[in-house]
Amino acid sequence: MIKFNLNGKDVEVNLDPSSRLLDVLRNHFNLTGPKEGCGEGECGACAVLVDGCIIHSCCFPLANVNEKEVVTIEGFSTTKRYQTLAQSMLEEGGSQCGICTPGMMIAAESLLNQNPKPTDEEIRIGISGNLCRCTGYNMIVKAIQLAAKKGDGLW
Amino acid sequence: MKDISQSIPKEDHVEKVSGKSLYVSDIKMDHILYAKTVRSIHPKAKILNIEIPELPKDYFVIDYHDVPKENYVKMIFNDWPVFAEKQVNYIGEPIMLIVGKNKQIINEIIEKIKIKYQVLKPTFEYQSSVIHKSFKKGDIKKAFSKPFKTISYTYETGYQEQAYIEPQGFIVYPEADGKITLIGSIQCPYYVKNAVVNTLGCPDDKVRVIQPSVGGAFGGKEEFPSVMACQLAVAVHKIKQPIKMIFEREEDMENTTKRHPSKITLSAAVDKDYRILGLKAHVSLDSGAYIGLSGVVLARAMIASTSAYTIDHLDITGDVYETNTVPNGAFRGFGAPQMIFAIEMLIHHIAKDLNIDPFSLRLAHLAKQGDKTSTSGIFRDPIIMEKMIEKATEISSYHEKVKAYQDPQIWKGIGMSWFLHGCGFTGSGESTHINAKVKLRKDSNDHVYLLVAAVDMGQGAKTSLKKIVVQTLGCEAKNVSFDNPDTDYILDSGPTVASRTTMIVGGLLARAALKLKQTWVDGKEMEVIKQYQQPEYIKWDEEAMIGDAYPAYSWGVNIVEVEVSPVTYQTKVKGIWSVYDVGKAIDDRLVLGQADGGIAQGVAYGYLEVMKHEQGKLRQKTMTDYIIPTSVDMAKTETVIMENPYILGPYGAKGVGELTLVGGAPAVALAIEQAINKKIHKIPATPEYIMELIKS
Repeated sequence: MIKFNLNGKDVEVNLDPSSRLLDVLRNHFNLTGPKEGCGEGECGACAVLVDGCIIHSCCFPLANVNEKEVVTIEGFSTTKRYQTLAQSMLEEGGSQCGICTPGMMIAAESLLNQNPKPTDEEIRIGISGNLCRCTGYNMIVKAIQLAAKKGDGLW
Repeated sequence: MKDISQSIPKEDHVEKVSGKSLYVSDIKMDHILYAKTVRSIHPKAKILNIEIPELPKDYFVIDYHDVPKENYVKMIFNDWPVFAEKQVNYIGEPIMLIVGKNKQIINEIIEKIKIKYQVLKPTFEYQSSVIHKSFKKGDIKKAFSKPFKTISYTYETGYQEQAYIEPQGFIVYPEADGKITLIGSIQCPYYVKNAVVNTLGCPDDKVRVIQPSVGGAFGGKEEFPSVMACQLAVAVHKIKQPIKMIFEREEDMENTTKRHPSKITLSAAVDKDYRILGLKAHVSLDSGAYIGLSGVVLARAMIASTSAYTIDHLDITGDVYETNTVPNGAFRGFGAPQMIFAIEMLIHHIAKDLNIDPFSLRLAHLAKQGDKTSTSGIFRDPIIMEKMIEKATEISSYHEKVKAYQDPQIWKGIGMSWFLHGCGFTGSGESTHINAKVKLRKDSNDHVYLLVAAVDMGQGAKTSLKKIVVQTLGCEAKNVSFDNPDTDYILDSGPTVASRTTMIVGGLLARAALKLKQTWVDGKEMEVIKQYQQPEYIKWDEEAMIGDAYPAYSWGVNIVEVEVSPVTYQTKVKGIWSVYDVGKAIDDRLVLGQADGGIAQGVAYGYLEVMKHEQGKLRQKTMTDYIIPTSVDMAKTETVIMENPYILGPYGAKGVGELTLVGGAPAVALAIEQAINKKIHKIPATPEYIMELIKS
């Protein structure tokens, strides 16, 4: 039995501990915000937070979340920090097709958790594990800058 | 009235950032079965025998025997089989599907299938031409009769993978009335529908196509999805149960269409005043094992042969060559990126060989309003390139940097490209092949629905098309809806390709909205349908490739600055500046988003993205070994949109999407060329290639 906190709720699952966390989230908990883009930890579309830090759930065995806090985009989207980031993404045009966006939001949250006032370069490094084929990243970088400014004190 | 360019919130923003948007892989259905494809392991072989193990209950094999009607995928050229029959022509060619409810058991079945092949000798060279095209302008013989100098070069371009982050996938299911419904990650609902109707041989109303959210496409979901759709429709036709097939990244990258590798030979006749009198070009495209759209890609490449310049005498030829490799197909730019790379390099190389300033040579040949196009049509509309070039050079300090980076010891360079992109289908394609129709429906609550087939795959079609209707009706945005296309309710407004959606579909919608407004009766259900009519002055001879190849052209200038490491020969892009004429931006932020994303792909095509095959087997098949730019690779961009309204476009709008990609590769290649002080003849200009050039 694996016990963890998922989006603020304590949960228990009796599944193969070597299952990919991504599959457990999508299939068992019906949380389809995390996406599978590459299945090998390159693209970051499957990103979720484990104890506040970004991980690629496609390469993360279920066993590793035992007794930990897992937050997916579904959980993150109930927070004030999310609202600030979402609004900044809207204003700067940081989302196009949207498939990378939930992972990108998680990457931004993870970055701002560690570094509430990142420089342009630090943002680029912070989201470099998340691939986006639509935007060329600049509008996402600007959105994170804007969120850091507008959300002063939130992170 | 508000200026339409003023940005509004993206229609689907909330569902996209919150992760609520449903893509095909997110959709669940009861009693779903899964399918996996059994593929050829040889680039060319006869299938002698197939041994299938005893199948567990409720597991199925679907192959060409099960195809009710036509075992080819209906495209422009109908040569691509749904399932291989007696012979396979590339590694990865689908032979059959294995369908059942447990993916693990499906894999076990596939492992036990024994296929006996007779291996044949494959072709990988530009040898066997399957399509040849040519056109002429002026008097090429005269131009080449006594030139001051003839300058010839050959340029080569590699594969490019679309690398949309959402892999291809479908859910296909039977409906109670014998209808088959397909939900898929697609750009062109009616391409899918028409292909499935053709393969099943069923009435038109027995196939329904629904588009969910699409996670990027870039041309990769133009014709390829029809292949999967036909296979799955055949399976559902037989099994009568819903089937889901989502490619994993490796299967997607190894087996879906890519940008055609090309080899382009150019020869220019120059007079003593450094005027380019004539140009001969031959374009070779590698189509892979089946032709598919390659003939149309070739046409666009050939028509782009003079890009933003006017050259009076032309002899342009091209061939599509079949090889035993994965079929190539649509990718943003559609043949133009290959040719624009070649012509931009040639102009520079001519200037270098003549020891004159490339900027002046370009300027002397820049196309002007009233000039004849490459295909002897006319540039009817104003061309504002001079103003755009001035702006681009100013914001990038281009001229100062060109001078400053002359010293090869600095290892820095700045490169520029000038280009155009024809908006919409080539030639009479819009009227003869597509014949788009749009419908606006108003219900009794005065709510208006856009019923068109345009797919929002990230570019913002939902926002821009709705905005055109809202602005024209002069109503509130909340009274207008544009839902994802469902072929049971919409009209065929054509595929979401060829930079045609805003200009053609948006134009029709603007006309429909105007008609609705003029005839509006409160509380009454109303419908307005508008159909595309080719402007009368457009004349195009498809056979001879003479006339107006496009109704309108968008224009662009890209400038890219790089630094090359003298130790590793790696290129770092330091800055990107662009100026575009897209007529009129329907939404500034959306156009700037296209600009950023397009140039990222275009520049990466020029120096970063490497894909090669070895004896027909692709060497890059995952995101780990096919490198696309990360946020760290991408430089800051500065983009200026200059207005130049097109009279027949909605609010003056022309095409956007592809324009932003086509100039990237030559701009970065010329920047690298300056940094390393060696002529570049092929892309991607990788560190290995740069090393070869420097050591030679």
